[in-house]
Amino acid sequence: MKKTEKNGAEIFIECLLKEGVDTVFGFPGGAVLPIYDALYDAPLKHILVRHEQGAVHMADGYARANGRPGVVIVTSGPGATNTVTGIATAYMDSIPMVVFTGQVPTALIGNDAFQEADIVGITRPCTKHNYLVKDIKDLQRIIKEAFFIATTGRPGPVLVDMPKDVLTAKVEFDYPEKVELDSYQPTYKGHPGQIQKAVSLILASKRPVVYAGGGVVLSNASDDLRAVVEKLGIPTTTTLMGLGAFPGTHPLFMGMLGMHGTFSANMAVTNTDCLIAIGARFDDRVTGKIDEFAPYADIIHIDIDPTSISKNVKVDVPIVGDVKVVLKDMLKALPAQKAISAFKKETEEWLAQVDAWAKTHKLSYKQEEGGKIKPQMVIEKLYHATKGDAIITTEVGQNQMWAAQFFKYDKPRTFITSGGLGTMGFGFPAAIGAQLAFPGKTVVDIAGDGSIQMNIQELATAVQYKLPVKVFILNNMVLGMVRQWQEFFYNKRYSHTCMSVQPDFVKLAEAYGAVGLCARTPAEVEPVIKEALKVKDKPVLVDFKVDPFEDVYPMVPAGQPLNKMLLV
Amino acid sequence: MRHTISVLVANEFGVLSRIAGLFSGRGFNIESLCVAETLDPKISRMTIVTTGDDSVLEQISKHLNKLISVIKVHDFTEEEHIERELALIKITANSENRAEILSIVDIFRAKVVDVSPRTYTVEITGDGEKIRAIVELMRPFGIKEIVRTGRIAMARSAKQK
Ligand SMILES: Cc1ncc(C[n+]2csc(CCOP(=O)(O)OP(=O)(O)O)c2C)c(N)n1
Repeated sequence: MKKTEKNGAEIFIECLLKEGVDTVFGFPGGAVLPIYDALYDAPLKHILVRHEQGAVHMADGYARANGRPGVVIVTSGPGATNTVTGIATAYMDSIPMVVFTGQVPTALIGNDAFQEADIVGITRPCTKHNYLVKDIKDLQRIIKEAFFIATTGRPGPVLVDMPKDVLTAKVEFDYPEKVELDSYQPTYKGHPGQIQKAVSLILASKRPVVYAGGGVVLSNASDDLRAVVEKLGIPTTTTLMGLGAFPGTHPLFMGMLGMHGTFSANMAVTNTDCLIAIGARFDDRVTGKIDEFAPYADIIHIDIDPTSISKNVKVDVPIVGDVKVVLKDMLKALPAQKAISAFKKETEEWLAQVDAWAKTHKLSYKQEEGGKIKPQMVIEKLYHATKGDAIITTEVGQNQMWAAQFFKYDKPRTFITSGGLGTMGFGFPAAIGAQLAFPGKTVVDIAGDGSIQMNIQELATAVQYKLPVKVFILNNMVLGMVRQWQEFFYNKRYSHTCMSVQPDFVKLAEAYGAVGLCARTPAEVEPVIKEALKVKDKPVLVDFKVDPFEDVYPMVPAGQPLNKMLLV
Repeated sequence: MRHTISVLVANEFGVLSRIAGLFSGRGFNIESLCVAETLDPKISRMTIVTTGDDSVLEQISKHLNKLISVIKVHDFTEEEHIERELALIKITANSENRAEILSIVDIFRAKVVDVSPRTYTVEITGDGEKIRAIVELMRPFGIKEIVRTGRIAMARSAKQK
């Protein structure tokens, strides 16, 4: 019996439902009107954003918080081009996402039609893969493939461009069960011989360090990482993207490494004889001067993406595979307790050294009683007020680094930040996405007064959907991180970093129908945080007037080795 | 070092720009690139000539493999293989030099494929070396135009021992 035919837009909705999608982020327009018509009575939650960039960051935040792919729908032309920064952000951090764009009808493609943009061409270098659907017959297969590619291997954004005539053409709905892609076969299982080699290398070392990155979070391997680390007692650092992959309060945790990493993490990496890199990619913000990175170490590198291995740093034992699968195999490959005890004895001195480093230079700041609010204090107070039970997103700049340094992340997917691209304007929409993934959780965007103005319009979205997202603006009246570089490296010539005009953030929040609060003195910080956390039915914007001249420490100047830190 | 890489790709819209974009975006060199369908019309073969040290070549091959449209990547450098390019060379010809041109054509086993009162057009296939050599020899007569393909390559079959 022939099933009833559906049009492309209806098929699109059916496919999303088959993929288990519950929430989509979008903004309508001419080319996607057929989809919006089908959405009208579809059992899908559609979040109407105020700018397409916001939609992509929301889908991204949603995906980072719960591990499921974010889904975006936008129209052709400007709708599509507005997604580019968001897609590039997700691509750099390997976030699973499928972005659906409308396109002009196939017959008009290439004719400079109204609202035509070659979005497939534009996003080719910032998507894991992308498609132009030229024939309704391909639509279901392509959507199936898009979700498969976005969520498997090293995850990433996939874009599907759908011309309007494809959305109105009809075909039977018959969603493929399986994906057939010969050319795409990610390696999940690590080579047993290499794993054995790695284990021997670790056990022969005296000064081992684990350096874990965002790959551990993406692969949901935190428990496995912890099991291996605890079994062997290895001091552990994470990248910015890896925060939460290993408990922030764990005695073996040294804090973040890299440009604004802790003294102990950077010293440990500089002096280690065995660096175990797990789901990390040796970014320049992590390694500092590459030739002097981990100079005494044999390097083991576990990563699902072969192109990450030996890209920046030559690796001694590469293991291509899914971090979780490899760590499980590694745990099994560890020798009997006796050998491990001997190893622990050999590394005792090293652990003591790491401890000593941690004690000599702790992350610190000085809050004077009558003085200006120190931004770090806001983060610490938030940590205590929430007991660490919150999802923190960040903007980019000093606010991001303080959020990384002064809040302790015990669980993965609780710290959400644009690490790779460093996109100002990411944190607030990402917080909205995370809040939609976890409606009951406390979600706070740590913001700068510069960054927040890049996607402030999404306040209306948060109000519309009654989302109690908190935005903590560490308001230093400047583009702080850039100002800091000008202070250190450009002779305090503060060229165009002072935002001398800014809105009254409290009134702005109120104008949108949100709650606006302000803290001007150190004494006001804690009560204001408590008040903000009480609000459960609408967003809260808090304006913390902080010390404009506070800098982020430690700092490894760009291009310097990690042990050349500027300290407070 | 110069490498000749063969890349099997899905014969689909946009695939050439994916490959070209990868090379330009990551700063890899392309010296030449040839594309044509294989026996299976759904698959095309690209033959790319590129240069770089071992670590660059390793990245090139890994990145090519990472593209969803790429089915197989093969670097010929370490093995016995045949390489060919084709060139069309239009040479100024007159009564004095015709014989000399023809004898060079003969020596190189090239072919004259078009003749006009004032020109010969010569077709030559061979490896890059051979083509460079004939170009040098023809240059004194006056080359009006030259068109070259990129390089294609094929592994030699294993010889019976
Ligand atoms: C979209 C974008 N534009 C420019 C930059 C460069 N940039 C990095 S940090 C920064 C300053 C951010 O200022 P603010 O949001 O006020 O945060 P602060 O550093 O003061 O905490 C700038 C301009 C960026 N990361 N992203």
